[in-house]
Amino acid sequence: MTTTSLFTPSRRRVLQGMGAGLATAALPGHVWGQAAPLKIGFQLHRTGIGAAYGRWYERTTTAAAAAINAAGGIAGRQVEILYEDDATDPKRGAEVVEKLAGPSGCDLIMGTLFSHVVMGAAPRAGELKIPYLVCSEGYHVASGALNRWVLQPGITDVRAQISTMAPWVASTLGKKVTMVFPDYAFGHDHRDFFTTAIAAQGGEVIAQIAIPPTETSFTRYFPQIPAETEVLYHVMVGPAVLTFVKELGEFYGTGAKPALFGFIDSLEAVDTASPGLEFLEGSHFWEGHCRAKPADAGEAETAYRAAVGVDDNGASVSDAKDVSTYAHMFSCWETLYFIKQAVEASGYAGPADRQKLVEAMEAVTDLPEGAERPQGPMRFDGKKHQAFGVQNISKMEGGKLVRVHQTTIEEGLYDNDTDYTAMSF
Amino acid sequence: MRAWAVHLAVLAALLAAGLLLPGYHTTNLARILVLATFAAGYNLAFGYTGLLSLGHAMFFAAGMYAAALPAWHWGWPAAPALLAGTAGGALMALATGALALRTAGVSFMIVTLMFAQAFALAILYFNGWTGGDEGFVIPSASRHLFGTSLAADTPRFLAAWSLFALGLLLSLALVRSRFGRVMVALRENEERARMLGINPFAAKLKVLVISGAWSGAAGAAYALLFGYAGGSFAGIQYSILPMLYVLLGGAGTTLGAVLGAGLMFYLTEFASSVTSAWLFLVGLVLVVLVLFAPKGILGWVRARLWRELP
Amino acid sequence: MGFGPFLLLALMEGLVTAAVLSLAAVGLSLVFGVMRVVNVAHGEFFMLGAVIAWFVAGLVPGPAWMAFLAALVLAPLVVGALAAAVDGLVLKRLNYDPEATIVATIGVMYMVQQAALSFYGPDARPVAAPFDWRFQLPWFGYSGYKLFVVAAAVAVLLAVWLGMTRTRAGLVMRATQVDRDVARAFGIDVERVYMGTFALGAGLAAMGAVLYVPISQAHYLMGHDPLLLSFIVVIIGGLGSLRGTLVAALVIGLSDGVISMFFSPTLAKILATLLVAMVLVFRPQGLFGAKA
Repeated sequence: MTTTSLFTPSRRRVLQGMGAGLATAALPGHVWGQAAPLKIGFQLHRTGIGAAYGRWYERTTTAAAAAINAAGGIAGRQVEILYEDDATDPKRGAEVVEKLAGPSGCDLIMGTLFSHVVMGAAPRAGELKIPYLVCSEGYHVASGALNRWVLQPGITDVRAQISTMAPWVASTLGKKVTMVFPDYAFGHDHRDFFTTAIAAQGGEVIAQIAIPPTETSFTRYFPQIPAETEVLYHVMVGPAVLTFVKELGEFYGTGAKPALFGFIDSLEAVDTASPGLEFLEGSHFWEGHCRAKPADAGEAETAYRAAVGVDDNGASVSDAKDVSTYAHMFSCWETLYFIKQAVEASGYAGPADRQKLVEAMEAVTDLPEGAERPQGPMRFDGKKHQAFGVQNISKMEGGKLVRVHQTTIEEGLYDNDTDYTAMSF
Repeated sequence: MRAWAVHLAVLAALLAAGLLLPGYHTTNLARILVLATFAAGYNLAFGYTGLLSLGHAMFFAAGMYAAALPAWHWGWPAAPALLAGTAGGALMALATGALALRTAGVSFMIVTLMFAQAFALAILYFNGWTGGDEGFVIPSASRHLFGTSLAADTPRFLAAWSLFALGLLLSLALVRSRFGRVMVALRENEERARMLGINPFAAKLKVLVISGAWSGAAGAAYALLFGYAGGSFAGIQYSILPMLYVLLGGAGTTLGAVLGAGLMFYLTEFASSVTSAWLFLVGLVLVVLVLFAPKGILGWVRARLWRELP
Repeated sequence: MGFGPFLLLALMEGLVTAAVLSLAAVGLSLVFGVMRVVNVAHGEFFMLGAVIAWFVAGLVPGPAWMAFLAALVLAPLVVGALAAAVDGLVLKRLNYDPEATIVATIGVMYMVQQAALSFYGPDARPVAAPFDWRFQLPWFGYSGYKLFVVAAAVAVLLAVWLGMTRTRAGLVMRATQVDRDVARAFGIDVERVYMGTFALGAGLAAMGAVLYVPISQAHYLMGHDPLLLSFIVVIIGGLGSLRGTLVAALVIGLSDGVISMFFSPTLAKILATLLVAMVLVFRPQGLFGAKA
């Protein structure tokens, strides 16, 4: 088990993020000719409900920064990541954006995951006119609800993820679907978009069961699942997920049960071979990025795992019980490389060029697979400020997730009238 | 007179700090003053009248949504939204207080807590209309007061300072009025107050409605000044925070709320700059502070230095 | 599923909820009853019990029930000792002032949470039940361990009740509860009683958590809900009444279970919360509290 000491100085983490020997560049009155580092503020869920994700977002970003620095940095400048804990809270999130943009002197900010924190902090990023690159998968960016300074270049949004699942679910598992989801934004996105997407496939959502977020036991809601259900679609998140799966297993027991389809968000940072999860054997999951290394994985995937310190099962190399949030954390890696691409394309030199930087980001279209994008190719939509990538469906076999299907980028594209480029800065 | 002079001096110092310090601190100060207004409202109920509520997040959030929802759905401008927020907090306090004030002491604490939980769940339940836990961004057109955008540092600070100043001076006037003595009498000994011809229920309901109005105004101001409204503000932590601010600064002192709010903000800020385990440091400082000043910092001042501190 | 089986499941689940509630609340009922302090850190003591159970499960080899028994002994001792330290170092020095205690225990809550996050981590982790038995009814399957939790809760409550009514320590605690000044006049060392009560309350929370964690999971933020629910149970039941605590846990657990049959989950939660609040509105002293 990895534990941090009670009083880890936050500064040490910063130094780890910079290439060895280059630490001196960060000292005041930096060394001759060496350009000042590019400072990237990271809004981190170190405490609060998002902490299980935050820890891996931090590790992935630190690894990406080290890789970039070892290869010469961004536009010849070393990258310095300044992590600041937002306690997974919208109010503190806004304060953290102010701190990173103000006294910390960051060039731009990235990394937020939970959508209510994004929502609460985005207006402040817009007012401070600082690029704010979230790794959240929420539909909040592409829906047009935010502002010109907020982008999501490293992960596909849930609307696209969900829509690409429907054809496969309808053709492989069944057409009568019951959905169980948490009664908050993340669950509502699933409710709204999957219901539409499955209807387009000739299927139907026959029941929607929204569980209040504070709930710790679930059995009493299971009788609300109609008997004629063919597919049970579940997207629970948070610590109580283990209970949810265990109780579902106890409830159906040896009796007849529907096919299960879930989003891996339910089991991020959880060992799929945990006691009580045997019930999931043979069921299917969406995965943004496959936790168990696929047999046909390329060089980029191998290099990415090695850099972050994750083994072929998606757990920490130093502790097999320390399971990563593999399906989401690649977004930090890819966002950092997106920043590199845009900074170098725009000739960004300092905060005065921030507008130019956002325009350069909006001009990006193709994001090919490679060391920068181990999860696969992506396409960036400058008007929606949103990236679109491939999605995976995996099957639980012997307590391990094995990929059985991959969607294309095109399947996830959708039309809406969001056009951030028409908004003023 | 001395009390008024001290309060005006504090307000002047806050104004100077907000206008002279760099933008980062101006914004922080604006946020602190909005939360201090909330805590000042809490203090009227808890510090002066002895009503230990664990449900004030409900009044704060009622104000926030009463202002933010009309702004979001119907494009209301800031001034009427702010008034709607104040009224929203007061009405929520009237409705819940009429029931909860049948109880007293810890029962009152639990009833307010449960009402607030039901309200927080209702915000999630009606997510199609409220935006649920994710919340929503307030349209910038609604964030203009007297033709000035509240999204800019100085106007935002001035708006927060004005709200706080109004609240502070009104609460000073209130606690020094005859009704203020009724409030303290209810806190100290309700039976005796009753014998003096006071109707405890009516008086406490009046205090709670004033307190709810204050909290609602603060909630509305938070939404309009910082551009966001969301379900997390209805959570239990926003009931605990004003209590913590008030106890830290000094319950039953007019200036305790702002002192506590400022202290907690800069304590968190300092702790997170020295260690990633900042929560531990904050907890430790709270324990040490309370050992040193069990009645809050201004409570200590009142006991040792200035007995007349309001 | 037909109405009958549905109702049966709701009642069983309600009973389990009631058992968990009473396990979490019984310690608080003692502390709150005897000392009249609001211990905001009570939920964290509960969380520590679950986390210790997880650590013990990793250390004790052999079948799951051995680790379970070890945790059942160890967790209350460790957590009780910690609580005694908190009492001696902080609460005693505050002279149990109700308001100062709130701030102090909020501070303790932050410290314990951070310590758990630093040393245990942010992940939710499962702890195996001492035995693996599941039974299948014609309509649904059910966990046998859940029924064991119900039985264990009854046993714990019974033990506490016997301890309070039949032992000298219980008598001393009850005397202190009624009037601490009179108790002191009769030569009772009130400070020691308080420290013992506080440690006992925390130890009971930890024991409850060891029993509860196999049907849930250990997580560093899991103390939040038990704290609120414990307070609700204790106040609804009536301060200082163990019988009240039990009845309140049953009322809340069963109403939660049955109401959830008829409404969508979130609406059911709202209605159940309001219903329970109304009990206090119309019976302010709680179900079994003495009239003020």
